[in-house]
Amino acid sequence: MTIMDSLFKKAVRLIPDKAPDPLIGAERQVGRSLSRVDGPLKVTGQARFAAEVPFKNLVYAATKYSAIARGRIASIETEEAKQAPGVLLVMTHENAPRMPAPPLMMKDPKGASGSSLPVMQDASIHWNGEPVAVVVAETQEQADHAVSLVRVKYDAQPARTDFDRLKSEAHEPENVLGEPSRIAIGDAEAALAAAPVRIDNIYRTPRHNHAAMELHVITVAWQEGGIIVHDTTQMVHLTRSTLAEVFGLPEEHVRVLSPFVGGGFGNKGVWSHQVLATAASQVVGRPVRMVLSREGVFRATGGRTLTEQRVALGAKADGTLAALIHTGIAGMTDHNDCPEQFTFPARHLYAAESMLLRQEIVELDMVANTFMRAPGESVGTFALESAMDELAEALSLDPIELRGRLEPAKDPASGLTFSARHLLEAYRRGADRFGWDKRNRVPRAAIDGDWLIGQGVATATYPYFRMPGGSASIKLTAEGDAVVSMASHEMGMGTATVQAQTAAERLGLPVERVTFEYGDTALPHGTLAGGSSQSASIVAAVMAANDVLVKELLKLAGNDSPLAGLKPRDLEARDGGLFHREHPARGETYVSILKRANRSEVVCEAAAPQPMEMLKYSMHSYGAQFCEVRVNRITGEVRVSRFVGSFDTGRILNPKTAASQFRGGIIMGLGLALMEHTLFDSRSGRIMNPSLAEYHVPVHLDVPAIDVIWNDIPDPHSPLGLHGIGEIGITGVGAAVANAVYNATGRRIRDLPITLDKLL
Amino acid sequence: MNPFDYARAGDAAEAIRLAGGRADAKYLGGGTNLVDLMREGIEHPTHLIDVSRLSHEIAARDDGSVLLGAAAKNTAVAADPVVRERFPMLTRAIVAGASGQIRNMATVAGNMLQRTRCLYFYDDAARCNKRTPGAGCDAMEGFNRFHAILGGSDACVATHPSDMCVALAALDAVVHLQGPQGARSIPFAELHRLPGGRPDVETELGTGELIVAVELPPLAAARHSTYRKVRDRSSYAFALVSIAAALEVGADGKVADVRLALGGVGTKPWRALAAEAVLRGAAATEETFRKAAEVELQPAVGLSDNGFKIELAKRTIVHTLASLCPGVRT
Repeated sequence: MTIMDSLFKKAVRLIPDKAPDPLIGAERQVGRSLSRVDGPLKVTGQARFAAEVPFKNLVYAATKYSAIARGRIASIETEEAKQAPGVLLVMTHENAPRMPAPPLMMKDPKGASGSSLPVMQDASIHWNGEPVAVVVAETQEQADHAVSLVRVKYDAQPARTDFDRLKSEAHEPENVLGEPSRIAIGDAEAALAAAPVRIDNIYRTPRHNHAAMELHVITVAWQEGGIIVHDTTQMVHLTRSTLAEVFGLPEEHVRVLSPFVGGGFGNKGVWSHQVLATAASQVVGRPVRMVLSREGVFRATGGRTLTEQRVALGAKADGTLAALIHTGIAGMTDHNDCPEQFTFPARHLYAAESMLLRQEIVELDMVANTFMRAPGESVGTFALESAMDELAEALSLDPIELRGRLEPAKDPASGLTFSARHLLEAYRRGADRFGWDKRNRVPRAAIDGDWLIGQGVATATYPYFRMPGGSASIKLTAEGDAVVSMASHEMGMGTATVQAQTAAERLGLPVERVTFEYGDTALPHGTLAGGSSQSASIVAAVMAANDVLVKELLKLAGNDSPLAGLKPRDLEARDGGLFHREHPARGETYVSILKRANRSEVVCEAAAPQPMEMLKYSMHSYGAQFCEVRVNRITGEVRVSRFVGSFDTGRILNPKTAASQFRGGIIMGLGLALMEHTLFDSRSGRIMNPSLAEYHVPVHLDVPAIDVIWNDIPDPHSPLGLHGIGEIGITGVGAAVANAVYNATGRRIRDLPITLDKLL
Repeated sequence: MNPFDYARAGDAAEAIRLAGGRADAKYLGGGTNLVDLMREGIEHPTHLIDVSRLSHEIAARDDGSVLLGAAAKNTAVAADPVVRERFPMLTRAIVAGASGQIRNMATVAGNMLQRTRCLYFYDDAARCNKRTPGAGCDAMEGFNRFHAILGGSDACVATHPSDMCVALAALDAVVHLQGPQGARSIPFAELHRLPGGRPDVETELGTGELIVAVELPPLAAARHSTYRKVRDRSSYAFALVSIAAALEVGADGKVADVRLALGGVGTKPWRALAAEAVLRGAAATEETFRKAAEVELQPAVGLSDNGFKIELAKRTIVHTLASLCPGVRT
């Protein structure tokens, strides 16, 4: 951190708080369990995804991927493919249009790309699975066949693919998502050495791949000097700016639409396929559709990287921490910036007299790793919360009691005040719900036939984020309907539903009268749907637009209105209009205002204010994950039999969609704990299980009924008091399962996934 | 996927005629494996002869045997009341495999002829002796957690992935074949070959030869039988170890009859004859079961990742036999 950064951060703390959102406790629309507005469209097949958009003269693309990890293409034989039926183009580095490298996400403010490498611009190979040829043909089948006829000869060079061999070269990155890669408070190693109770272990988590139901796809057409892009993306505007840069187009000549996304989870940004399909479309002069195969998703888009983490805890006899050490190494590439922030939970969760938190990376030749549901926190909490369980055991303390003793008064790393932290309340409520008091602390004490039964608990945590740069518009019609618009994203989490609710609350309208428009760069500038930030980002922008709208309506209302002379601060929106807060009869409906003003509609747009709250406060969500497992004493099979997630995530906007978000995260956490494992062959750098038959995620039978509850305590410093909840569900689950497995078997597994061979 | 001709046969004779003795012709059942392999570029048949219209019949005979038509769907076989009564291990094996959708498509003969799921077999960028004889094997020193501990060779340690076949091995099934040279029947145990030096040659079928039916001979002990599958998740995963077991214990407490076969551990569906020999006539005790398991797994060889299967197979054998024997607890 530079001196300027430091001064800036200190100055920010002196800025007075904004008044809390007046709707923080509103419950006319917010807090209702509305079913998804897009549900009927999806279950009847009418929701049109990017792979289904029709175009006249549409042609289809297929990709060939490299079979080596590092080296050069010596020769590439395309003649046979060109002669195959229906083929229009075989594109390789030799004939692809010249294009600059796409701007990198997180590094470049306009970048959405998961990698900063130029796409198909020369003969060099950077990872096993890099696209080396694209075939465009009249049908998908013709393209798939023809691409199999492309023959590539390589000059292979030694590749950096063996993490274990290379990890001695690990080094601290410049920063970790803008945060320092090392935090040291006191001399933690010395304090650890002097502590009467010590836990000091290594935890390993493997690579994971994204397995969203909807494959990556782009349908793209060049029209009137620009492009129209139907994509599946979490970031329509960043996709627009990225493609505009690569193809030398003004941003306004690029339109990106993505009204439905069949799961994003962090990797639906820009990868090579959008660039290749757009380039191919330019060359053939026809609209192109490129749907990655499932193998293509594994080879050409990134997943979660592997980590090797050390957690060392030095405790005093009373359970308080003299030392908290969380360090480790993640694999990364030299063409991305995604160091998997696994030390972040330890920066905020526990009071400790000394701390050493350090992240390192080692560069490998692999597809650029990327964000995957709760990057960092998901695997970081596995290590930290397993270690906490080990410490509780060493101290003969109940693990929840231990958390109580370690609860910090302020953020231990930043020194900031917590905006809203009710973790112990989440523990109390979760313990009641789960029946934690009935747990036998002695391992292997509970047996049912062939099954050993164990219970475990772990803390969940994820930061509150609100992205800068979003704008929203509100259109009110003379009929009293509202259309609220922002180029945001519905990836299955309920955005379209929940934001209709929050806007209806803001406008004082019934939710049926409010439509939320999203997923199109023709709409006001959206922020990315990532970092669980989108709900707060949208609500803040709509709030800003509403402030403008209220002023505009007061103007339109004029002197003949009961509103005459009132200021916005005097008003509340309800019953389809604006009314005096203290004189409920004094007000006028929107319909009436517009009618008298002879207006068919009024439209206002505004940008959200900068997210200063994130600089002033330590803002995080919390939770307590309770898990019961059954472990077969003969075979070591692990089955999760009960799960309770108890969350502290500010205000919950829609219990129905929220419960699905939490449950989905927990299910993904069960996959992380028990089965997800990208088999990366360190000899070749090749992913060997690029299919959902061999890359295991939980099936229905692996998932018990999952009970989710929440505190529902608003955060006074966030819009509507909300925290985003897309990612917290997965955090803590790995450790909760591992801790339950320990309680069942007496075996501590520190190496994910927990497969039966580790328990035999 | 390469271009191919497709023809549908009304009966076995027509299928054989359509195949015309061509080595690059393939019979197509439910397509749940062959079509995948074609999509992956592993199989490249130029002619597909659809044999899904061959006999679907599941014929229960008075002598206690059952004849399964080659094109009978896995779901239908598993659900058949006579199969469930006479051969419960077969029903359990089938429903332990794949998914409901796949079982609705997959046929008896197709299940028997499915190919290994070795990751290196499926990836044409890897070396594989099964795909390309003499190319070498990347699994030996690669990811081999799913691979065989029994019946492997220096050339290949790929497992046969079927669950159904493990039951067929235990039940002494007979495979009825028809081909350009006429009809014949072979014991199921002789259908699949050990890899030896030619892992690419997986069965005894001649060119153009077609499985037309599978016969399950009468077996009293099979009425008291089960199938236990151990795997990484609760469904839609291949076996790490599976056991098909039938056990009949006499009034004297001795094993009167027994059938035992293993899946997930062998390069072919693995009939545990050595274990059966230990068990037959011996006291039905945990000690006997353990001894039988030890004898069967004695030749087992573990690689870097799959050594755990040796102990897992032993434990599963002992426990599965005990589960069929109410007096024995493990």
